This record gives sequence, structure tokens and C-alpha cells, in this order.
Amino acid sequence: MNAPQTLSRWREPGTSRVPFWAYTDPSLYQRELERLFYGPHWCYVGLAIEIPNTGDYRLSWIGERQVIMVRDRIAPKDRATDHGIRVVENRCAHRGVRFCQAPMDGQTGNARSFVCPYHQWTYKLNGDLAGLPFKDGVKADGPEGDCVHGGMPADFDIGKNGLTKLRVAVLHGMVFATFSEEAEPFDQYIGPQVMPWLDRIFQGRQLQLLGYNRQRIPGNWKLMMENIKDPYHPGLLHTWFVTFGLWRADQKSRMVMDEKGRHAVMISRRNDGGANKVVTEGVTSFKANMALNDARLLDVVPEPWWTVDDPSNPGATITPTVTMITLFPSLIIQQQVNSLSTRHIVPRGAGEFDFVWTHFGFADDTEEMTQRRLRQANLFGPAGFVSADDGEVIEFSQDGFKQWGEEGATLVELGGREDDVGQPPTEHMVTETLIRSMYAYWKKAMGIQ
Amino acid sequence: MTPIVDMDLQSLLLHHAIDRFNAAYAASLDERRFNEWPECFVEDARYKVQARENFDRKLPLALIALESQGMMRDRIYGTSQTIYHGPYYTRHVVSPARVTHAGAGTADDPIRAEANYAVFRTKPGSVSEVYQVGRYIDAFVHTDAGLKLQSRLCVYDSEMVLNSLIYPV
Repeated sequence: MNAPQTLSRWREPGTSRVPFWAYTDPSLYQRELERLFYGPHWCYVGLAIEIPNTGDYRLSWIGERQVIMVRDRIAPKDRATDHGIRVVENRCAHRGVRFCQAPMDGQTGNARSFVCPYHQWTYKLNGDLAGLPFKDGVKADGPEGDCVHGGMPADFDIGKNGLTKLRVAVLHGMVFATFSEEAEPFDQYIGPQVMPWLDRIFQGRQLQLLGYNRQRIPGNWKLMMENIKDPYHPGLLHTWFVTFGLWRADQKSRMVMDEKGRHAVMISRRNDGGANKVVTEGVTSFKANMALNDARLLDVVPEPWWTVDDPSNPGATITPTVTMITLFPSLIIQQQVNSLSTRHIVPRGAGEFDFVWTHFGFADDTEEMTQRRLRQANLFGPAGFVSADDGEVIEFSQDGFKQWGEEGATLVELGGREDDVGQPPTEHMVTETLIRSMYAYWKKAMGIQ
Repeated sequence: MTPIVDMDLQSLLLHHAIDRFNAAYAASLDERRFNEWPECFVEDARYKVQARENFDRKLPLALIALESQGMMRDRIYGTSQTIYHGPYYTRHVVSPARVTHAGAGTADDPIRAEANYAVFRTKPGSVSEVYQVGRYIDAFVHTDAGLKLQSRLCVYDSEMVLNSLIYPV
């Protein structure tokens, strides 16, 4: 693909200004699909618990390509080494048909094999082509005896004409895949800075699926990553956070990034809220006299796994109440008190993306804890007391970008103008360091120097 | 009159009473009298807006799940005071109700009914859009103040929420 003309237009050095065209240019967006979503990056596909039995499959997305996550048959001898989860592209090798349709009861089903309805090409669960009708032609009586009509050429190799198979990595029940042979090993892709925070939530636990919420947001997909790399807004935009002390600038916090600046973790510990003037004076979203009619909406109960050895301070422990993890390019993992979810970004053009929330708990949760997680889900998601705001401001951001011309740019200077890649974590939340670091990586990956 | 006609008349009156309730419910939302919305319910009522995907597969997650009139008042405070959003008008079109169980209308034996709904959204300065379509799955009880909801489960077909959902449906 030729480099879009826009790429020479990133005029300011560094990443403390992000040009509006980075969110609106259709050719740039095509390049993002190729280089980021279909390039050497690991993209979230789903959770292993969504496909518990052999043959269970679930449709998902990597960029704009629909993929099938499926649990394959595995020979007993391979069970110790093969998780059995395959990810194949939902596109027939014959005529390009997106053949696998979502079942009526959600996007999960069970199959013995995959068959494209158009010409009945049949694939094994692992994506291998198992067979196709009339491959060897049709025998017929000719004037000079038996002959064969048609069929595939003699050198047609059934082994080379299967579905596109993706590389798959399963971490603690989360399934990731990549189209790229060049993507580094998954553990290395996540890196040692971020991995402990995935371990903290997932390691050694059986997940329990609670359900899905889906929303279509009219904004560029990167705005959602930025939203969860932006610790500045929650205590300002979100009344519930500042008033009830779930996330605000007077809390002990830490901003972690991987060594390339692309993934991040925003870590904090809630306080009791109240009118600490340093963070509430003049903040119109702070409601000093607000009290809930039904306090069960915020019935937070600490969980033992919240406390872990502090990766930054050997010998000490740390007990965050919130960790918001962004895995470039398309996954957010949320722990906000007792509410847990993955949030999957599915881009749909430069100006729109779908946002799929999968809420989960743990298999050993008590009934009360499950109920608590479901209750706190009222804060998060497309109708959430907190998260509904985010989709709305993203839409208004995109509106603002669209109405301005070539020279417009967002301003990302809170906490400095450097991208801080390779620096130790920032121990407060009054910074936009994680957004600058993501664009440092994005520029490299996109070929913008 | 024969008993059969009596039964029909009773059924007609019950259906009519629920249709009137649903019309008043929709009007309170569409006319933005949001403070009246919790009054459509009894004190310990449930209100849920749930994706069909979750409902069909018996997954418990909902978009909104409220367990009391108090929570409903908290939701209304949220929609008017705390959730930042682009304002929009709604227009509910609710189908005639289908009574699925002509219960006594008590807490233990509520009247069960369903109705289809479509909610259109119009943002000031913009066109109208189909915002959400689904069905109400209801349990009603008789009170001194007339019929009230003991529970309303809104199961929506729409696979995608158009950005966010702020007001109740």
C-alpha cells in the first residue's frame, strides 16, 4: 500500500499534539487495519469459558475481519500441551464467503465442522479444508467409454486451501490471536511491566461468564484507548467517581506502561470521597450533598486477591481497588471495585467502532458476590452511571475533529510533553503520559517518524 | 349474559387497564416527567433492561438492573444530574398488551403481561432514529393507587446500543 499523503503531515515533533486527521482520515485508517490489527500485534478474541465444549464456537472480530474462535478436538496425548482453541477467519477459501452466521441465541454455537453453504466446501474445526464436492470431477459415459468431466486441477492441494488460521495465545483463559507470523511471542508482547496486573486478576482462577453489553460509538477507535489511558478525566467528568471517591486526584495512584509505551495500567485506591477542596473546589460534577436512596448500588466488599506483591517495591504489598488495563490495540480490562469486564474495541471505519463488554466473575464466587458484581455493573457499560459519559464525550470529540481543518490537533501536555517511554511509572494521576506513550508507539508502527 | 361473555369482558377490562397503564408510562418518559417514572412501580419492584442475547442464554447481566424504587430514583437523579450526555427526545410506541397470566394482582400472584415496544430517539437538530426495539415482560399488582409494576423486564432485540442509553425505556 502506498503511504497515505497524510503521513508527512505530522508536523510537531513528539506526541504532545495529536493531529485531528489521525482520527478522521480514511486512508490512514486503512493503514491502521493493515499495520496494527492485521499486523504484528496480538488482538483479543474472547474468553475460553465462552466455548467450554468441543465444537463450541463464537464469532468475534479482529479489526474489520470476522473470526471464529472454536474449541477443536484434541488427541488425548496432546491434552497437556494443546489448549485446543483455534481462531480461523470466517471467509471461505473458495469464493470469499463469510459463511458462518451467528446463531439466533447470541453469537455462540456448536459445530462438528464448518461448511460453506455456497458450494459446500467443508472445513475441520481447525480450519483445514476437509473436502469439496466434485474435486475429482464427475465420471460420465462418453462415446469412447468412461471419461471425467471437470474437477479441480490435478495439482490442487487440499492442504494449502484451508481457512486462514491465526496464531493463538491463551493467557489465564483470555484468548488472543494474530494474523502475523512476525508478532513476537505473546508473553513478550505484553511485557513484564503489565503482566503482573493480568496475573493479579486472572491467574489460577476459573472465570464465570455474566453476560454482554454492546454499543456502537460514533468516534475513532483510538479515542476509547485514550479514554482508559487518561486518568485526568474520571474525577472531573464522572460525578460518581469524584463524589463517592472511586477515582480522583487525591488518591494514591500509579500509571504503568510497557517498555514500548503501547500497553498501560492505571492503578488507584479508592477513598471515602467527601469535600477535599484540593480536588473538589470548582469541580461542578462534585455533588457534596449527594447520597444514594439505595446504597446497595455501591456495596463494595474487598476481595483477597486485590492485595499483591508490589512489582515496583520488592518486599511491599499493594492493594488497588481499581486497575484499568489497556492492551494495544483493541482490549481494555476493567477491575473497578467488584466489577470485572473485558471491553473489546471493534473498529468500523475511521469514525465509528463497536464496543463489546463481557462481564465476568469467578466460578467460586458466592451468590452474594455474583449479585454484587451484577449490581455494580449499573456503573459500567453503555448505560452506566459512569461509563455512559465516556461514549458521549468520545462522540463529541469526533464531532469537534470533523468540523475543523488540516491544522487542528488535540493537546496532550498534562504532566509534560515527553512521551516518557522507558521511564518508571508515574506515581500520580495528574498526567497524560500514557496517551503520549501510546502515540510514540503508534507513530513507529505506522511508519511516521 | 352467559358466563363466557362475562369472562371476555373481564379479560377486555384487564387488557384495557394494562394498555392504559403502558400509555401513561410511555407518556411520563416521552414528556420527560422523569420523577414520575419510579411511581409506576411498587417500592420493592425490579426494573431491568437486558439484551436479548443475555436473556435467551440465561446470562444474568443487564444494561440496567434496579432492585427498588430507591434505585430508580437514583437512576433518575443520574439521568438529570450526573450522567453527562447529549440530550435526546424519546418516542415510545407500545403494542397492545398480551396478558399471559390473569393473576389475582397480589404480590404472590401478580398479573403477568407482555407488550412490544419501539423507542425512537431524536436529538435536537437531527433526524429520528430507531433507538431500541424489544418487549416488556411485566408483573402487575393492584394497589390503592391503581395498577403498579412489581417488575418490568425490557428485553431488547437491538444488538447495539446507539452509543449510550441514559433514560429508562
